Amino acid sequence: MLTESKFLPQDAVLSETCNAGDPWTGIVKKGQTFRILDLEGNQAVDTLFYNADDATERYSAVDTIQRQGQIYLTTGSVLYSTEGNPMLTITADTCGRHDTIGGACSAESNTTRYALSKRPMHSCRDSFMHAITHSACVIERNITKRDITANINFFMNVPVTSDGGLSFADGISAPGKYVEMRAEMDVLVLISNCPQLNNPCNAYNPTPIQLLVWN
Amino acid sequence: MSTFNPKDILWEETVPGGNHWSGLMRRGSALRFTDLQGGANVSLLLYNFEEKLERYNMPDSLKAQHTAFLTTGNVCYSDMGRVMCSFIHDTVGWHDTMCGISDAKLIEQKYGVANYQTHRNDMYRSAKDGLLIELAKHGLGQRDLVANVNLFSKVSANNTGGLVFNAGNSKAGDVVDLRFDMNVLVVLSTSPHPLDTAATYKPSDVLLTAWHAGNAKEDDVCRNKCEQNQRGFINTERFYAH
Ligand SMILES: [Zn+2]
Repeated sequence: MLTESKFLPQDAVLSETCNAGDPWTGIVKKGQTFRILDLEGNQAVDTLFYNADDATERYSAVDTIQRQGQIYLTTGSVLYSTEGNPMLTITADTCGRHDTIGGACSAESNTTRYALSKRPMHSCRDSFMHAITHSACVIERNITKRDITANINFFMNVPVTSDGGLSFADGISAPGKYVEMRAEMDVLVLISNCPQLNNPCNAYNPTPIQLLVWN
Repeated sequence: MSTFNPKDILWEETVPGGNHWSGLMRRGSALRFTDLQGGANVSLLLYNFEEKLERYNMPDSLKAQHTAFLTTGNVCYSDMGRVMCSFIHDTVGWHDTMCGISDAKLIEQKYGVANYQTHRNDMYRSAKDGLLIELAKHGLGQRDLVANVNLFSKVSANNTGGLVFNAGNSKAGDVVDLRFDMNVLVVLSTSPHPLDTAATYKPSDVLLTAWHAGNAKEDDVCRNKCEQNQRGFINTERFYAH
């Protein structure tokens, strides 16, 4: 459902740009609002959330799907944890649909999906691995490969048909579209701003995003 | 139809409905899961036995094969781009990959309470508790609990993404045969699917039948299902090259 936000960029307490192919990490406190802004359009933002106080509790794609009886995410969707607790609620969305079954690209899955020779290409799971070995707020919570699971792909359209077909459709995002969510607990955000160059959903051109937080 | 000769059976074991099991299935071995009473569910997780950080990856399995469910010809991919197991034969036709597992709270809400004190081994158990018990036996835990496969259960999506549980998807006597293409730690629970619409807690018993199937040949139905699977098998074969 398309819904606009009341929050103004000039009132944000945090506003950072994440370049194409980079990871981003940050803490969003309970009650704060977190916006991901697709600056140039059709970018996939691979995102994981962890309970900032106990990272063994983390975003669960299957709990979110099961508890809402729904596979797509948009305004009103609650993002559930592995413990069945609400982590964030999507409060505004000018894109309309976000994916949570497509997961993150990786060097290894690129070999099967595209060609064995694609392994050296930059990938989201390599970005996650970089973040969990470089980002202080991730390292101090002992987040490792063990904790990297099925993520959300904000702005990505992965339709499932009634006969169980799955495809990667053209992006439904555009420059300036955003998704915004209220944190229901203190969360650590781990993002890979996807560098995928092998499928047409981003017109083979990964682009930067902006992250904003309001109190 | 049988994909194996009865004389090749290695062992058989029944896992009662609501129970849990784990074990090592070596590369080239296979397991037949038989739904004994109908309406079974098997919440299944897979780990590389020697390197348990490598495990079944739901998104990679769905993306590579452009499907939201699994059946004959499909494989389960690990997060390292390798084929862990293959659906070599299936009379059911649809196995759920997206809906996760039941937990104790859900079981209590849907079915009430039946504990060991009052019901002995007919107590109501959740898939999550069963999987965590089996994971703990191998030094694994909560952090290793990832998106699973639900054998025998069908949940489809309508055109707006709403989920529809298909009661009666699996009948008594239905089978699914999985060949293991790596040395795999199999962890499973036979508790009900989380979206099961049955009013009472009465999950079906599941018979496990193990046999030696051998490795995937050049004409294998799963290898040749799509180009992605051909490459996945190459990755697995490179891993075991010696
Ligand atoms: Zn990616």
